[in-house]
Amino acid sequence: MARDTLTGSRIRERRVMAGMKQSDLARFAGISPSYLNLIEHNRRRIGGKLLVAISHVLKVEPSLLTQGAEATLIATLREAAQDRGRGEDGSAGPPPPETALLEEFAGRFPGWAWLLADSQRRMDALERTVESLTDRMTHDPHLAASLHEMLSTVTAIRSTAAILAEPGEIEPEWRDRFHRNLNEDSRRLADSSQALVRYLETVDDVSADLGSPQEEVDAFLDSHGWNFATLEEGGSIDDVLKDSDLGPVSLYLLEQVLSRYAEDAAALPMSRLIDALNEVGPDPLALSLRVRVDPARVMRRLAALPASAGAGWFGLAACDASGTLIFRKALKDFPLPRYGAACALWPLFTALSRPNVVLTQELEQTGRDPAHFRAYAVAQPVGTPQLNRDPMLVAHMLLVPQEAADVADDPLRVGVSCRICPRTECEGRREPSILAESF
Amino acid sequence: MAKKVLLIEDEPNIIEAISFILSRDGWQVDTHSNGHDATEVVREKMPDVLILDVMLPGRSGYDILRDLRSGGGTETLPILMLTARGQNKDREMAEKYGANRFMTKPFANSEVLEAVRNLVGV
Repeated sequence: MARDTLTGSRIRERRVMAGMKQSDLARFAGISPSYLNLIEHNRRRIGGKLLVAISHVLKVEPSLLTQGAEATLIATLREAAQDRGRGEDGSAGPPPPETALLEEFAGRFPGWAWLLADSQRRMDALERTVESLTDRMTHDPHLAASLHEMLSTVTAIRSTAAILAEPGEIEPEWRDRFHRNLNEDSRRLADSSQALVRYLETVDDVSADLGSPQEEVDAFLDSHGWNFATLEEGGSIDDVLKDSDLGPVSLYLLEQVLSRYAEDAAALPMSRLIDALNEVGPDPLALSLRVRVDPARVMRRLAALPASAGAGWFGLAACDASGTLIFRKALKDFPLPRYGAACALWPLFTALSRPNVVLTQELEQTGRDPAHFRAYAVAQPVGTPQLNRDPMLVAHMLLVPQEAADVADDPLRVGVSCRICPRTECEGRREPSILAESF
Repeated sequence: MAKKVLLIEDEPNIIEAISFILSRDGWQVDTHSNGHDATEVVREKMPDVLILDVMLPGRSGYDILRDLRSGGGTETLPILMLTARGQNKDREMAEKYGANRFMTKPFANSEVLEAVRNLVGV
């Protein structure tokens, strides 16, 4: 029901309780009795100064005349009482809230009640922010790498400063060296902390950024190991969707992914893929020629291989013609950015300029712990052909982990995204890194 | 004869500070700064205590730890793991793979010294 639908009824109730005639209340409030009558029968909406004037005459808080506001207040206070209850551990402590007297409390002390409710709302909002930041620290490669950098520098400073602060003499040579280290590390810490603050300032709304529909879909796919036995066996996507608890936008995205999955599974059954994989290896072009299915579909099927098949674990990224990532199955050592754009050097993006050509390239993920991959990428048209209109392209990039010993001498060094890439000389750099100049 | 500590860490100024405090305490300190060949270096030097950072260029400290515990005479080598991440799962992983101690950065020099001494019962 709308917030103030029953405000008129409550005015009437309060007026009757106060033993006041309708004409008297109308006169004191500066309106005609007929207009007050319309209000009391909920045929005219009321708010602002008139509501304040009537509440003043009736000696009640305006909020008490507003059904919605009161209900919201009561509900919030009830939540606060429940939260307080959850926090109890059975030990003797403060008495529990008197929930039976909640409405009386709100009615007699509306100011305190609103203050309490407001505190509860702020606390809830802060808890959500803390959860979001915790999640961000856990999953955001930007933050994780930056914080690692800072903690290492802080450790060096702490150890060095402690040595210098200790009583007793240190040889001049060591003392000078530690002073130099301290100066060097403090500069580094200043640079990296400023860069981190700049990065955090660009994130206007943490909670809006986290838990986006695309991330919800990614989490759902990940929780199923990127494989759906139901669809492999020709089942309906509704059977898969009934297990999901996603919002409408996420559900829409997931339906798109699962529909394509079902089509892929029908066109290339897993058993056929595994047989071909055993014969020709994970080269999507060779597999494509073997099973007579287009390379992008082969890549998607490779990414859907269940871990139990023991046939390999592959990463997959897909982007649309704008370069926006629309599918992200990351690998442990090849994260795919959740925020902002990816590394422009990826073959995924090169493929967009060479439709229907399967590209391959050995990659080295830049960082403290460089990992190696063989990447295959292809951009293929989607949708039906139209007269005089260029096709819409979607590019796929399959990532096959490689042992360091199998890597060529000069793999292409790529990053995740510019913000956390330490490479200083890169034609693809869009923005400065938040890391120090180099590892 | 001085006991030997091998420190595998990639941050040069941390290497310098820890080397200093351990050397001053009478330890013979060797250092190494990448993960690629860390397992081989440990087996070659056979220290009395190993201090091993988790985030190393080339290879994760956890992978090195797992290798060392799998054989090659380093199954019972006292190992102190250092990490900038102090989450429970990191600690659990270190314990699972056989680390004797786990220390989160930033740490105090005295903590490192005490941990190293305790690991060899000094």
